[in-house]
This record gives sequence, structure tokens and C-alpha cells, in this order.
Amino acid sequence: MSDLAIEREIDRTKMSVSDEVAIQITGMNKWYGQFHVLRDINLTVNRGERIVIAGPSGSGKSTMIRCLNALEEHQEGQIIVDGTELTSDLKNIDKIRSEVGMCFQHFNLFPHLTILENCTLAPIWVRKMPKKEAEDLAMHFLEKVKIPDQANKYPGMLSGGQQQRVAIARSLCMKPRIMLFDEPTSALDPEMIKEVLDTMIELAEEGMTMLCVTHEMGFARQVANRVIFMADGQIVEQNEPEEFFNNPQSDRTKQFLSQILGH
Amino acid sequence: MSTLTDPPKDSFRLSMLINDTRYRSLTFQALAFLALALSFMYLGNNLIANLRAAGLNINFGFLTDTAGYDISQKLVEYSNQDSHSRAAFVGLLNTILVAVLACVTATVFGVIAGVLRLSNNWLVSKLMAFYVEIFRNIPVLIWIIIIFTIMTAVMPAPRAFRGDNATATMVFDAFAFTNRGIYTPLPWFANGIFESQALNWLLVLVVACGSWFAARRVNVWATAKQEATGERPNTLPMLLGIWLAPFLILMLIMGLTWEYPALKGFNFQGGIKIGGPLIALWFALSIYTGAFIAENVRAGIQAVSKGQTEAAAALGLRPSKVMNLVVLPQALRIIIPPLISQYLNITKNSSLAIAVGYADITATLGGITLNQTGRAIECVLLLMAFYLTASLLISLVMNVYNASVKLKER
Repeated sequence: MSDLAIEREIDRTKMSVSDEVAIQITGMNKWYGQFHVLRDINLTVNRGERIVIAGPSGSGKSTMIRCLNALEEHQEGQIIVDGTELTSDLKNIDKIRSEVGMCFQHFNLFPHLTILENCTLAPIWVRKMPKKEAEDLAMHFLEKVKIPDQANKYPGMLSGGQQQRVAIARSLCMKPRIMLFDEPTSALDPEMIKEVLDTMIELAEEGMTMLCVTHEMGFARQVANRVIFMADGQIVEQNEPEEFFNNPQSDRTKQFLSQILGH
Repeated sequence: MSTLTDPPKDSFRLSMLINDTRYRSLTFQALAFLALALSFMYLGNNLIANLRAAGLNINFGFLTDTAGYDISQKLVEYSNQDSHSRAAFVGLLNTILVAVLACVTATVFGVIAGVLRLSNNWLVSKLMAFYVEIFRNIPVLIWIIIIFTIMTAVMPAPRAFRGDNATATMVFDAFAFTNRGIYTPLPWFANGIFESQALNWLLVLVVACGSWFAARRVNVWATAKQEATGERPNTLPMLLGIWLAPFLILMLIMGLTWEYPALKGFNFQGGIKIGGPLIALWFALSIYTGAFIAENVRAGIQAVSKGQTEAAAALGLRPSKVMNLVVLPQALRIIIPPLISQYLNITKNSSLAIAVGYADITATLGGITLNQTGRAIECVLLLMAFYLTASLLISLVMNVYNASVKLKER
């Protein structure tokens, strides 16, 4: 895969990384029954970092980021998100979920609600925001992802790329400090991939902390400040994008890169 | 002026009726209609000719004749000196009574069992699976007979309540569970506003409707308040007040009194008698159809993709909100159409009442009246007309409801 998807000038100077820790994972393990999906994961993410997580399918990439907002439970180890430890305590889970936004491969927009209602649902019911205020907020973010004119349509009337941008706007309406992306472009046509990546780059330029599971190596090279390679439930290698692509250390990484960049 | 883009005009040929896609379906529809009309004409003529040959004619005059038989479970006044049409009306009300009761309880059973079957609690979900599999896989007629048999065999006879060393006692001195049925206290108004008790009850119904409208206003107000300030006010105390206060005041004014059943002679007198056959039929239809409804509910909830729940949870919504705001609106669309069929099934299956001697319309009009008058064709035609009308009405009402919850997706 090449860098074809991204054509615009990217302003990396705005993407500053602070010393403040946003996410800290120590010694995390997870099993599905007998199957050991995540093995001893240790990861520290600072505020403002853009991290791309790559790896073959079944390597535990999605499972790892889904553990960060408790969509999956981890059995061992410690996860601290934005200063709150993720335990089975509902209060902590609620707090973390309202600080962490997430976008899914299949968008998961609510088909029975309009685009605007999709965006205002959580601010109204979780943040207890007056409806007018929530709608203004939603329109602000819909303008940001460049689809304000679709606000009163239903998700089924939009293209895949538009739906994914709505999903991003929907997450942003909760004013998250961290965004998780679980293969946001895997279900999209090449043309639509570009519009979604553009939106994500804009977010990165605003200093959003981002963890992104993706196969878009162009995005990784130009936007990420760190690429993490996972295989068999372990973090095999992590490095700056230049180093990662030009000088991979482990054989497993080399093999993966030769396959993904080879054609 | 003719242009090149004009298609050449085909002249119509007879073979096009069969070979041309534009006419083909019309041709076949016309043929099918012709065949159907002819066969109905033949059957109708046949019926009339045969009836005439047998010296019979279709005549509904028998409906005004004296019925001459008793009905034990009745919602309106009836004696054996009343006409056949009155007996049919008693049966019709009994059918409606058991159908409405069973629809309500079957829905309650079904929704509870369907939701609990998806519970994370192993024991609860397995128990519900057991309930569903046992009850929907044994014919409802068997269930009606089993429950009726158990009631008549296990419950004490009224005479067991008699004497100094009675073997059975009334529950709270108000309810008697006997092998003839359950006797409960009858509420009535000592100084009602109207002479007739029925009108007084109508007044209660009107007041309840008023409360319902008021409760809706409160919900509208709460939503407006939430839209303005973000906080949804707690409407529970207000709703309780709206429902209870007018009701209690009305009961106090009209002097609500309870007439308790008491043992007189060989049986209990006074109060309300819910006959054994009604209980057996009601309960059997409820648990049997409830098992089917449970599966409909489960299917509806499971058909909403897991991604929907996850997306809602990731936004910080609590599970109850996820259910109410995201899952249920989508699940109802899938649950309601089969629910209509289940209600129709209950209504039609209630005709199995004849097995335990519950006097529904099939037992009165289609049973005793038919046998006494020999007017089989008339009785069955009336029965068919009744069930058809009832079913179409249920369908209509439920389809209107379905349209109101239908998703506007595009």
C-alpha cells in the first residue's frame, strides 16, 4: 500500500506531544477461555500522541484498544486512562467512557435516529445538556466533518465515508480527550478512505490524542508519531514511523511489512 | 414532424397477449379471475340446489327462538328463557373476555421470559429456555386439559370449607380456591353517583382516561424541561399522584364496598366467580402463547447488532438507556409483526374452550344452538363471520401500532 490516500500538506508542527501521560497500560493480560489473546501488554501514551497500531489480523490490536474503554474486560494488569484506573467499578467506567471517543469499522450509527439525533443522544442523556445547546454543538462538529447539510437525514441515506465522518462527529460531541479508531477505513472505497483520513488528520492537527488500528500505512508514515506492531497478542516492536518502515528490527515485522508494502 | 428518436409503433397482435411481457401478466390475471369466479358460481349453485333438494333453506329466524339451555359463566344477564341470539351474544362476550385476558398475560409472560432468556445469569437463562421449549412443544389443547384436570382434582370441593373441622380455609377470608373455580370479593358502590353499578364503573373508566391524558401531559412537560435545562425532572411522585389521587377520592365518595363470597348451601354465593374452565383456558393460552412471544422478543432483541450496543456504551450511555434509546426502538419493529399473529392465534385458539366446557361462541352458537336447531350452515357462517371480523380488527389495530413504531430509516 502506498501513500496515495493523503495529498494535502500536513502541518506536523501543531502536533505537539506533551509530557503528561494520557494512557498507561502495565502488564495487561487477557484470555478468551483458554486462548491467550493479549500477553503482557505495556504501553504508555502521552497527551497529543498519534499512535498507529498495525499487525496481522487476529493479533489482538482491536481487542487491546477495546479494553481501553471497557468494551472488553482485561483479566490481569492495570489500565489507567486519563488518571482514572479502569476497574470493574461502574463509576470509573462511566468516567472513562465519557472522556474517550471511539469509531468503529462499521460506523455503528443508530439507524432509527437522524444524523443530528445521533450526535445529540449522548450529550443530552449523559452530559445532561439542554437540547438546543446539544444541537448547536452537533452542528458545529458536523460542519467540521463537512456534512452539516445532511443533519436531518438518516444514516441509511449517506455514503460509507459520510457515515464514518458522522461517527467521528458523534464521538467529538462528547468532547473526548482521547480518540480510539478501530479500523475506521477498512469498510470503505478508496475515494471515501481519503475523506475520512482527512478528517482524522485535522483532528491530529488540533492535538487530539489518538490510537488508531489501521492498515493505512500512508497515514501511519505521515501522521503517526509512533507505530506499534502487534503479533500473537504481543507488542513486538514500536518505533517512530521513519525507523519502523525503513529499519524494522524483528523478523516478524519485516515479514509483515514486506507483505503489506510489497504490492 | 417525426424525429428519429420515436420508437417504431408496433401494431398489436393477438400473440402478444402471451409473448409480450407488457400484456402477459394481465392476461394470466384475467384468466385466473375468470376461473375463480366460475368455480364460486358453480359451488354456490350446487349448495343452493342441494339445500333445495333436501328441503332446507338458509334462514336465520331460529335466532329469535328460545334457547332453553343454561350458561354458568356469563358477563351479562342470561337465563334459559332467552333467545339463541342472546346465548350467542353471551358466548361472544366470553370469547372476547378470554382472548383479551390471555393476550395481556401472554404478552407479560413472553416479554419477561424473552428478556430473561438473554440474561447473563446461567440459571435464569436456562430456566427460561426450559419454559419456552416445554410449553410451545406440547399442543395447547393438552395444556388446557391438564390444567383443568389439575384444578378439579387437586383443589378442594366447596363442602371441604364447611363445618368445625373444615379441611380447607379461605385465603384472607376473601378468596376461595375450589374445584369449581376461584371466588373473589366483588367491589361495588354503596352510594354511587348513578343508580346503575355499570354506569358507576364507566365513570371510573372515564376518570382513568383523564389520568392517562394528564400523565401524558406530565411526560411532555418533562421532555420540554429536559430539552431546556438538560435535567429530566423526576416525574414518579407526580405520576403516582395523578393516577392514585382521583381514583381514591372517587372510591371514597362512591363508598366502595366489597361483597365477600360466602358458603351458602352447597356452594359459595356472592363475590365474583372465575370458573375453572375460564381459568384453565386463560392460563393455558397464556403460558403456551407466552412461550412463542418469548421467542419473538428474543429474536427482536438479538437482531439488533452488537455494534449498536457497543457504540452506545462507548458514548457513555448506561445499559438501561442503551436498551430504551437504542435497542428497543429497533427491536420493536421486528417484534410487533409476529406479535400480531400470536394475538390472532390466541383469539382463534380460544375456540378450544369447548374441551373444558367454557361457554365461548363456538360452544354456544356453534355447539348447543347448532345441535338443537340443526341450522348448521347458518351457525357456521355466523361463526366464520365473527372470527374473521375479530381477527381483522386485531390485525388493523396492531398494524396501526406497528406503523407508529416503524423505523424511518431513509
